[in-house]
Amino acid sequence: MSKTNDRGGARIKQQIIPIVIVAVLFGLSFLTRTGSALRPSYYVVLFVSILNYIVLAVSWNIFSGPSGYISLSTAAFFGLGIYVSALLGEKLPVPLLMIVAGVISFAIAAIIGVITLRLRGVYFTIFTFGLVLLLQYFILWYEVKFNNLRGRTVMAVPYNTVFICLLILAGIVLIAAYYVKRSRFGMALTGIGECEDAAAHIGVNTTMVKVIAFAATSFAIGASGAAKATTMIYIDPPIAFNVMMSFMPVLMVIFGGAGSFLGPIIGAIVFTLLQEQLTTKWPKWYMIIFGVVMIISIVFLPKGLVGSFGEMVGKRKKLLLIAATAVFMVVGFIFTKLLAAAGTNIGGLVFPLLFGIIGFVIFANVLKRGKEAA
Amino acid sequence: MSIMEGTGVSISFGGLKAVSDVKFNVEEGEILGLIGPNGAGKSTFFNLLSGALTMDSGTVYFCGKKISGLKPNQICHLGLGRTFQAAKNFPGMVVYQNVMMGALFGKKGRSAAEAAKITDEVLDFVGLTELKDKNVTDIPLSAQKQLEVARALATRPKLLLLDEVMAGLNPTEVEDAMKLITRIRDSGITVIMIEHVMRAIMTICDRIIVLHHGAKIAEGTPDEISTSRTVIEIYLGES
Ligand SMILES: Nc1ncnc2c1ncn2[C@@H]1O[C@H](COP(=O)(O)OP(=O)(O)OP(=O)(O)O)[C@@H](O)[C@H]1O
Ligand SMILES: [Mg+2]
Repeated sequence: MSKTNDRGGARIKQQIIPIVIVAVLFGLSFLTRTGSALRPSYYVVLFVSILNYIVLAVSWNIFSGPSGYISLSTAAFFGLGIYVSALLGEKLPVPLLMIVAGVISFAIAAIIGVITLRLRGVYFTIFTFGLVLLLQYFILWYEVKFNNLRGRTVMAVPYNTVFICLLILAGIVLIAAYYVKRSRFGMALTGIGECEDAAAHIGVNTTMVKVIAFAATSFAIGASGAAKATTMIYIDPPIAFNVMMSFMPVLMVIFGGAGSFLGPIIGAIVFTLLQEQLTTKWPKWYMIIFGVVMIISIVFLPKGLVGSFGEMVGKRKKLLLIAATAVFMVVGFIFTKLLAAAGTNIGGLVFPLLFGIIGFVIFANVLKRGKEAA
Repeated sequence: MSIMEGTGVSISFGGLKAVSDVKFNVEEGEILGLIGPNGAGKSTFFNLLSGALTMDSGTVYFCGKKISGLKPNQICHLGLGRTFQAAKNFPGMVVYQNVMMGALFGKKGRSAAEAAKITDEVLDFVGLTELKDKNVTDIPLSAQKQLEVARALATRPKLLLLDEVMAGLNPTEVEDAMKLITRIRDSGITVIMIEHVMRAIMTICDRIIVLHHGAKIAEGTPDEISTSRTVIEIYLGES
């Protein structure tokens, strides 16, 4: 009895989350009204970055999360997307640029996948990282030798347009992530991650599953690069193939929690907010603060924010943790105001976020220990 | 009628001939034992049959189809199931899901409902129903061995390769495993089993093949094998 009820409930829930995703993204689309095509609002500019990172982090997590094949090729496909826009930006509208970049990324990823996905463990990771450097130096060499130039300008597109394009791409990626996790394909990826030999011998076509997942997520990464490029004005190979773009999605996923649907999204949002404000106001401190946050989260929140939250037993502890984090964030707000009064103006959300993370880390560990003692 | 036939099956690792020029056949419906000292090449032989390793030379036919050169998933889909000497499972999934994986992927186009039904049947068949919601890391060794068998059975194989499913079990558990293997055969599945537990091999096998240094040195009924001079010498010589 209860079993059938559970299944019915699960089926309804399966439809609700994608609907919520679409509703939230549709709601966000109204942000374009807060500015004009020529003068986009701050929120639209910010959300272009957030959505871009959500696409990268969630795409990375669709493949590397369950399969355990840690890819560092994000910057390679992101950079390819950027170059597609640099070369074709005057001829094609953004959606077509994204599709062209996606198709090229898919094709290259499929080829790379067939060659390298036999490599297990760290060899695959190193190869994918090498791909970023290979493309960067190859394109630099090619541009200098044959075109006698180092960088290129990218045809600018109104932020509102880029925002809507990324909103749609993020929607597709999020819904795909949700359904893949619950599909047979997703189970195959998980099986590969947990024991590839066992998976192969019960009939999982491991090579095909890996190549398709790697190529399809690379499509989204390339498409995102093509969209983001139109806001970058000038690019050259080191900018387009910036290795940080390979590491950021991984760190966002680890920070947010790899096993969950929300984890990569939260990781992408928090890190983008920190990055946007710190790089403009405290550029020297940015990487240091970033590194400290990562170390703290890996040591004290090995399962990420969402994973640690899930470990809280009972509603009471969960609420307590949320309340504690909220209080810390409020303290962070007050701290920001005090600093501003003293003449140091650090962007609105940096301290609330950092304080919130500290509060979460402390309470998550205290509350967990409480469980062990009980 | 043979369900599987092979000739010249060989593989070397560097200079070591792990399996060398083995000719064999497996009769439909039999339990075939595969014995030999440690390092004789028994597990490697299974790896060749199941596609985990590619043979250097030789051909194997399974149900009339050439399977040498195919990938593990293709061989599985043709109806060959296997277990691993060192249990390989999906540690993040509970017992039920581990078996479900076999049911879901073992045949193309199997519906989720069908797979769930197969999973329930197989769990019941091997006697794991009570442990189905347990983490695989929390169940005893005997249950882990049963799980290996269950996952392979869930693919619905015609031929099942069992690699030392009795190793480490106590006498009662060995008894249960013997009954389980006999029931598997009685359900219409042909079995090849690697085993060091001689009592089990001699009791339930219809035929036995002996490997030594990668080569087949003897073949026959349990009675023939237990009285064969060469076999006795190898086993006595080893111990
Ligand atoms: N992948 C491999 N690479 C190199 N050598 C291997 C490999 N697999 C097996 N061997 C070697 O091949 C020989 C046969 O090994 P195998 O595991 O098949 O023996 P076995 O008969 O199953 O022994 P046991 O009864 O101990 O399980 C051993 O010498 C082993 O070290
Ligand atoms: Mg062995």
